[in-house]
Amino acid sequence: MKPAPFDYYAPDTLSDVVALLQRLENDDIDAKVLAGGQSLLPMLSLRVARPEALVDLRKLADLNYIREEGDTLAIGAMTTKSAVEDSPLVQRRQPLLHAATRLVGHRQIRNRGSFGGSFTQADPASEYPAAAIALDMELKVVGPDGERRVAAQDFFITYMTTDLDTTEVLTEIRVPALPAGTGWSFQEIARRHGDFAMAGVAVTLRVENGVCRAPRIVAFGVGATALRLPEAEQVVDGKALDSALFQEAGHAGAAALEEPSSDVHASADYRRQLVAVLVARGLAEAVARSAA
Amino acid sequence: MTTRHQISVTVNGVNYQREVDARLTLADFVRHDLSLGGTHVGCEHGVCGACTILVNGASMRSCLMLAVQADGAELTTVEGLSRNGELHPVQQAFIDRHGLQCGFCTPGFLISTAELLQGNPNPSDDEIADALGGHLCRCTGYQSILESVQLAAQMMREGTIVDAASPAEA
Repeated sequence: MKPAPFDYYAPDTLSDVVALLQRLENDDIDAKVLAGGQSLLPMLSLRVARPEALVDLRKLADLNYIREEGDTLAIGAMTTKSAVEDSPLVQRRQPLLHAATRLVGHRQIRNRGSFGGSFTQADPASEYPAAAIALDMELKVVGPDGERRVAAQDFFITYMTTDLDTTEVLTEIRVPALPAGTGWSFQEIARRHGDFAMAGVAVTLRVENGVCRAPRIVAFGVGATALRLPEAEQVVDGKALDSALFQEAGHAGAAALEEPSSDVHASADYRRQLVAVLVARGLAEAVARSAA
Repeated sequence: MTTRHQISVTVNGVNYQREVDARLTLADFVRHDLSLGGTHVGCEHGVCGACTILVNGASMRSCLMLAVQADGAELTTVEGLSRNGELHPVQQAFIDRHGLQCGFCTPGFLISTAELLQGNPNPSDDEIADALGGHLCRCTGYQSILESVQLAAQMMREGTIVDAASPAEA
């Protein structure tokens, strides 16, 4: 058997999960929450992670839903990524989220992987944290003291680290509607289809009378978390649209990156170059998609 | 006792009850506890796709699930594709178009192909590449696999061989 031994629990209700997490914490037992397991299981098999206990959320069927609440899409954390991918509601209301989902792993991974898991995993090269910041998602978290909501911008703290306490569970992700006419783009470059991105960007903006308004540009795969690129946004904000400006924005964003990761897949310089190109492409695509 | 668990799973229409270690992967459970060796184990951390099986009708990597998580589930492994000695059209097409050489990756490709064609009887080459992108093959160069899937789709559309992909019957 590949993983190191652990105790396994699959409580029937959310309150049982939280109570169990609290008890394990009090007993000083290193516990991990198991959702889809598509990141955790490899870590267990490679013994990168050796928790003493796993708390499986698989019986919490009431965390599996996609519903419209006014202008907001509310998605249960245990909804599979394929269900999000296949949802006509997501395709119609949040095409950026649909596009990002199509880039997460492969179908076989998305069939098992939970929507919420990519948020709590907080891999800086993964798609959902960038989509979350671009779309101002809000995360609903339940713990011993009840429920709280965290803005995506505050949820991702650093590499693989979130605002979630060890006794808390992410239960729902709330995706507010984009203002009518908003253009969007979601771009990434990976060595192979389905791999983590070497770099990627999410872009949203509006166009009013030929002028760019409220641009939001988020890069991922190039730092400890997905991050907004205000330097790139400032270049295009309130300006008339042209492709030279998009390239200028790309270079401004790339230059402002503090420390792009450098590894066997791509050097820091190459990642900077990818960001510059992807920002320009993303802006052009978002403008083309905006209704103005 | 939380490290040993009693589970009940239906695999290819047969119900099995077993006691398993919490840390046993579903892939190892199927191979060692149920002696269904058709499911191959390659990388054991979710990269190669060889161990793909259907769980409640959806393709998943059995090395990325614990056996205990499959409690109550209906599974289809590659052994469950054929019916009454008749190969599944996907299997026949992989033979006819040389969609395999060493055969190690093949069970995974067959399972994902069966799932794809059940939902999309007439896929484009791009759709096939997208559906099978999570499978590695080191022999064929993939072209003959693409052709195999196209042939299987044609055979199933024309009803040359009756579809046996649905895990519910048997």
